[in-house]
Amino acid sequence: MSETDHVVSLDDVRVHFEPESGLFARDDDVVKAVDGISLDIGENDVVALVGESGCGKSTLGKTAIGTQRPTEGSVSYRGQDIWEARDGDSDAEIPYETIRRSLQIIHQDPGASLNPNKTVLHSLMVPLKLTEPDLNTFDRRDRVHEMLSRVGMEPPKDYANRYPHQLSGGERQRVALIRALLMNPDLIFADEAVSALDVSLRIDMMDLMLELQDQFNTSFLFVSHNLSNASYITGKADGRIGVMYLGELVELGPIDEVIQNPQHPYTKALMWAAPNLNPDAAEDTTGTPLRKIDVPDPRNPPAGCRFHTRCPNAREACKQTPPETDVDADGDHKVACYRAIDDHEYWDSPELSD
Amino acid sequence: MQAETKHKFDVDDPIFEVRNASVTFDMERGESKVMDSIDIDVDRGEILGVVGESGSGKSMFASALLDAVPKPGVLSGEIQYYPEDGEPVDLLDQSESEIKEIRWEEISMVFQGAMSSFNPTMTIGDHFEETLQAHGRDISEGMEYADELLSELYLEADQVLGSYPHELSGGMKQRALLALSLLLEPEVLVMDEPTAALDLLMQRSIIELIRDIGEERDLTIVFITHDLPLVANLADRIGVLYAFEFVEVGPAYDILTDSKHPYTRALLNSTPNLDTPREEMRPIEGKSPDPVNVPAGCSYHPRCPLSDENCVQNDPPFQSDDGDTDHQAKCHYIEQTRREIPLNLQEVEYSE
Repeated sequence: MSETDHVVSLDDVRVHFEPESGLFARDDDVVKAVDGISLDIGENDVVALVGESGCGKSTLGKTAIGTQRPTEGSVSYRGQDIWEARDGDSDAEIPYETIRRSLQIIHQDPGASLNPNKTVLHSLMVPLKLTEPDLNTFDRRDRVHEMLSRVGMEPPKDYANRYPHQLSGGERQRVALIRALLMNPDLIFADEAVSALDVSLRIDMMDLMLELQDQFNTSFLFVSHNLSNASYITGKADGRIGVMYLGELVELGPIDEVIQNPQHPYTKALMWAAPNLNPDAAEDTTGTPLRKIDVPDPRNPPAGCRFHTRCPNAREACKQTPPETDVDADGDHKVACYRAIDDHEYWDSPELSD
Repeated sequence: MQAETKHKFDVDDPIFEVRNASVTFDMERGESKVMDSIDIDVDRGEILGVVGESGSGKSMFASALLDAVPKPGVLSGEIQYYPEDGEPVDLLDQSESEIKEIRWEEISMVFQGAMSSFNPTMTIGDHFEETLQAHGRDISEGMEYADELLSELYLEADQVLGSYPHELSGGMKQRALLALSLLLEPEVLVMDEPTAALDLLMQRSIIELIRDIGEERDLTIVFITHDLPLVANLADRIGVLYAFEFVEVGPAYDILTDSKHPYTRALLNSTPNLDTPREEMRPIEGKSPDPVNVPAGCSYHPRCPLSDENCVQNDPPFQSDDGDTDHQAKCHYIEQTRREIPLNLQEVEYSE
């Protein structure tokens, strides 16, 4: 696959946040939110990133849609480097305006991303004015009504005239989804888009996202701390899942392979945390699989494998950084853990205990 | 015989007896009943999971157990609290100073978004000392116990007590608050969505800790959440709230594998779960009811696939189709629900 076939391509991306410079700032206060991640997102692709708060998944998502500038590495849209286009490189084949429109976001808090003083109709007409300037007001209103009924907000005329506070959480999230889709994007970054919804409404929202993906030819980058949600949306779309820990991608692969054959102990910990409704299956899973409950300070991540301070399987060898290893023959499923290498010295090194 | 029929759902040693408890708010559009004539007993030493969607009245139930319903809400009915030793207490018949003594010392609470209940200008340690002082306890003895609690919650006591709230992560704050709520050795801990703002991994870790701590101290825990899978592996019994009242109560295992109410079954089928086949998951049709305008008859009838004229007219009583009085549901067609609404997790097991 050539580079231009990917909607978005991240190459060895690093995003480091430095403290405000000042008298007391120290070099070691730098937070390495994303530290050396490469990821390609294709057409009609669904990729989910999972991990705990502070693992850098949202920063990576923002970097992928060009709203966060990487400190190092490159981000390209259909082969065009996003930040070169942004900085006014005259050779840019795709103008920055086009790139920004093609990459959209849905926020975690749908209430905060809609203007409380504007009706739904008003908020949704704005993107249409940009993407289809030829339409007149009546045509635009019809398009908005059509979209509202497509996402099940019936009768659309009633909903169009409401203000955000007159909508439920699920309805606001639908409006945010429509607003993103009206830009005709190639990729939507959904940042914890269903986490704030009631459990029973989540699959409804994810089904809707997938249904609209088919109709609008969009890719989704879905970020969540909840593996059940991530596996639902990627599973239905035959997508991939990436597991992040302290700025690094520790496991990446097709969803069913990762769920059925998880390699990284951190992936297994996340699976343990995904609650099981089957009381018979859950019985043998008591007790936390982690040695420490809290995530280490991201300003000062552990050397070597960053998970080694919490990992139940950590050994002396884990103080070195493990390489990325292919789990299967076709190279779709990758993991960064010594346990994936059969003949590594890891297996002979002493277990860590503390 | 008299004693057996007195308690609800086969509870034999109730610590709470809630009878006909309602909470009403007067609104412009009419009277809003956000808790509707609830009858339930809480067994001493059990973990009762209370599950309901947003706007089902679950937070009101939590507040009612502490007689702390926010004004202008009016709590009516009867809530008896039976301490381990001593006379039963009618919670709704206490003076302000009496109820304050019961709260925290006897019945403690951890509420949603509780991390912001710490005063930002005080260290965590100050909060512990202030609590001990306000309740006339010995400070050095109490702080020793605080150390013990904190280390059981995997926190470095010295470091945490010396920190200001903003210096701790969400998960650490929530665990510190849990320790604070247990400081005066209460008999009951009421938790309303205590982990909702945290990562799943931290939620599960805290749940495990709550289970251990509860067992060790013979605590009675009422755990309220919208997240059914979260309490699935924690609670001894589960009560399902719909439209401001319980619609099903039973042992957790039975609720998960053999639920009797159509709503509980729909809720189970709509919950994302790693083991459930993705094609089988179904959202619940329709919307939750408005508190001012709860449907007549069975409140679930507009969304229920089994409903008929009988459900529109008559509010069903709690009943059991198999004589198990510990597991009951409010449904006219309790003997049909299992056949008409299969649980998709069960199907996996049968087909295997």
